[in-house]
Amino acid sequence: MRKAVEIGGIAFCLISVLFALLSLFLILFFIFINGIKVISPSFLFDFPRKAMTEGGIFPAIVGTFLLSLGAVFFSLPLGVMTAVYLTEYATSRRIVKLIKIGINNLAGTPSVVFGLFGLAVFVKLLGFGVSVLSGSLTLGILILPVIIRASEEAIKSVPRELREASLALGATRWQTVKNVVLPSALPGILTGAILGVGRAAGETAPILFTAATFYTAHLPRSLFDEVMALPYHIYALMTEGTFPEKQVPIAFGTAVVLLLLVLGINSFAIWLRYRRRRAW
Amino acid sequence: MVKLEIKNLNVWFGEHHVLKNISLKIPEHAITAIIGPSGCGKSTLLRTLNRINDLVPGFKIEGSILLDGKDIHSKDVSVAEIRRKIGMVFQKPNPFPFSIYENIAYGLRINGIKSKRKIDEIVEKVLKHVGLWDEVKERLHHSALELSGGQQQRLCIARAIAVEPEVLLLDEPCSALDPISTFRIEELMVKLKEEYTLVLVTHSMQQAARVSDFTGFLYLGELIEFGETDRIFTNPENKLTEDYISGRFG
Repeated sequence: MRKAVEIGGIAFCLISVLFALLSLFLILFFIFINGIKVISPSFLFDFPRKAMTEGGIFPAIVGTFLLSLGAVFFSLPLGVMTAVYLTEYATSRRIVKLIKIGINNLAGTPSVVFGLFGLAVFVKLLGFGVSVLSGSLTLGILILPVIIRASEEAIKSVPRELREASLALGATRWQTVKNVVLPSALPGILTGAILGVGRAAGETAPILFTAATFYTAHLPRSLFDEVMALPYHIYALMTEGTFPEKQVPIAFGTAVVLLLLVLGINSFAIWLRYRRRRAW
Repeated sequence: MVKLEIKNLNVWFGEHHVLKNISLKIPEHAITAIIGPSGCGKSTLLRTLNRINDLVPGFKIEGSILLDGKDIHSKDVSVAEIRRKIGMVFQKPNPFPFSIYENIAYGLRINGIKSKRKIDEIVEKVLKHVGLWDEVKERLHHSALELSGGQQQRLCIARAIAVEPEVLLLDEPCSALDPISTFRIEELMVKLKEEYTLVLVTHSMQQAARVSDFTGFLYLGELIEFGETDRIFTNPENKLTEDYISGRFG
């Protein structure tokens, strides 16, 4: 009897694992099956044509690229400095705990709320309009927790002996952080930044009201232009399209591109992290 | 001449009373060894002298430490300046993950030396001083992590003396090294005392006997005995000291 329970338990665990892997496999399978036939060089490098029933998704790729890089550009300095404060300067454990609760709450905020916040503050209040700038700032806040956590881990893994060596030479704490701790933590911080890019690239809701547009005939010429973006492009084709028989395959093709992009970015981050571990 | 004077020093980590009412005068241009069994507080004593323990959570201190008669905790001296004047070499060699050259140049730059020529000069001088120059002059811009443990430790000593300290604290500097490297470091310490005041923490009584001029025996956070090394090792006054140096416990 005990043995049967034991085997049953293990079997349940294994089935759960299989189910999780199967979900991933099924997602990849169905997206690829439906999307791969529209993928071609011209799909990647052309503008959409004929009310988006033909042509490519080049502006959406460029838009996603700009938005996610912009997001990291804003949140990397803020995130790294926050992590430096938490690990190097904060003396009260209570305050550290409070700040961390705040950051966790930020991480748990639904992304559509970020979108509304971005609309209210960046688009309206600061007058940036629906633009690359507003979208990047909104996404930047969204990925802040990712950057903070990764930087914190990276900074913590710098051996204490190195900090002490620097301080013992008469360096101030800031000199030590700037010249010894941050350079040593850089690979880990970059891993976090890349994970942030991946996260930002895949989000739809935060750019819905702040940056994305259904269609533009040209690439953004300044930070104040609106852009197309891959996730929003899928959403737009599926909800606002008038020729589903032509537009649904394009949506699936866009999904393949987005998926490959995000998987590629994440794999790069994992590879970077792995390399860092070996180097230490 | 007394270089460092420790007066009624008490140290706590949280509730734990680590150093108990220690008073000690460390003479200039000499090697003062601090010996004692593991956990007696000898590293804590050393790390209190350059205020590197200030960063440890729960660290609390009473009493005073005077460098040339001036309290190192007084408000009008900066911690950074104290730490520059009182250099430190750690138990495990801890070069920065930079090049050999940069390991030394770093300390110079943070202390305001910017001229490349001046830095080159000092790098060469201190590497010669620690007997590392001939071994590394061809690869100054290679990573310091490529060096052997003994070479790394000599580089750490070079790095420490490059910023022209007055006192050099050595926290079991040979405990991670082989006998030949240990011998070279000991030779170097004896040479360095002409210019600096050295305080050496060691768990090796032989090392203390070989290189030091004065020895203090620390036991359970108390300074049991302090005096000239020859006298401590041949004619200890305290029964505990005698038992420790004759190997009856430790």
